[in-house]
Amino acid sequence: MDKDDAMAPSSLAGIEESALVTQAREGDTAAFAELVRRYEGKIFRLAQHITQNREDAEDVLQESFMKAYEHLEQFKGDSKFYTWIVRIAVNQALMKLRRRKTDKSVSIDETIDTGEDTVVREIAAWGEDPEQSVSREELGSILDKAIESLEPLYRSVFVLRDIEELSTEETAEALGLSVPAVKSRLLRARLQLREKLTRFFKRKGDDAFAYM
Amino acid sequence: MLTCKDFLSELSDYLDEAIDAELRAKLERHITECPNCWVIADTTRKTIQIYKGMEPCAIPADVESRLMKALEKKMAAKGDK
Repeated sequence: MDKDDAMAPSSLAGIEESALVTQAREGDTAAFAELVRRYEGKIFRLAQHITQNREDAEDVLQESFMKAYEHLEQFKGDSKFYTWIVRIAVNQALMKLRRRKTDKSVSIDETIDTGEDTVVREIAAWGEDPEQSVSREELGSILDKAIESLEPLYRSVFVLRDIEELSTEETAEALGLSVPAVKSRLLRARLQLREKLTRFFKRKGDDAFAYM
Repeated sequence: MLTCKDFLSELSDYLDEAIDAELRAKLERHITECPNCWVIADTTRKTIQIYKGMEPCAIPADVESRLMKALEKKMAAKGDK
C-alpha cells in the first residue's frame, strides 16, 4: 500500500475538533485526514440510509469529503464541523436520489401534505424488549426496510434526528428546512415507522383495531 | 380537554422531553385515561429507542481505502498549485 503519511493514523486522535479544523485550514493534511477518520463511518451510514444504495453511498462519501476539503476556508467556525459535513453529505445524497429519479422516473418529490399520513391505523402493545424477539440480522433488515419505505425527506429528517442524534435546529440547518417543518416531518416519520414495526413486534394475541 | 389528535400532535416533543411542565402534565393525564394513546406513545418511544440502539457498523475497509486514495490525490493536486 502506498499510503501517504498524511493519511496514516496519527497522534491527532485526542485533539479537539476545532483545533483540527484550524490546522486543516492552515494546510495541515494530516489534521484533515483525522477529521475524515472521525466521521467517515457516520457519513457512510447516513448516505446509505438516505440513498438506500451502497454504490451511491460510497460516491456521496467521497464527494462530501472532497467538497469539504475544497471549501474548507468557507467553513465558518460557528457550527460544528460535523454538522457542516452532514449538510454537505445530505445534499449530495438527495441529489443522487433526484438524479436516479430522472433515470428511472421514480417519484421522490414530497407528497402533498394531506395530513392523512399521521393517521394511526394499528394499535397493539409491544412486548417489553421487542428487539430481543428476533435475531440481530432479522432486526437489521426489518429496520432498514422500514426506513427505506419512507419518503426521502421524512427519511432524512428521521436519520439525522433519531439515528445521528442531531438537534432539531441542526437538522433544520442541514436540510434547509424550518424548525416546524422538521418537527412535523419527524412526527410523521416516527409514526410511520412505528406502524411498520408494529407488524413485527406486537404482542402475540393483540389484534389491531381501527382508531381515529 | 385534550383530544387524541392534540395528544398526537405533541407526541414528538413529549417523547423528546421538549415541552413545559404544564403541557407535560396534561399529556400524561391523557395517557392514563386513553389506552390507545398510551400504546401509541409507548410503541413510538420503543421505535425510537430501537433505532438509536442500532450499532453503527464499521466502514468497510475497501470503501475507506478508496476514500483515502481519492483524498490523497486531491490534496496532492491542491499542493501543486
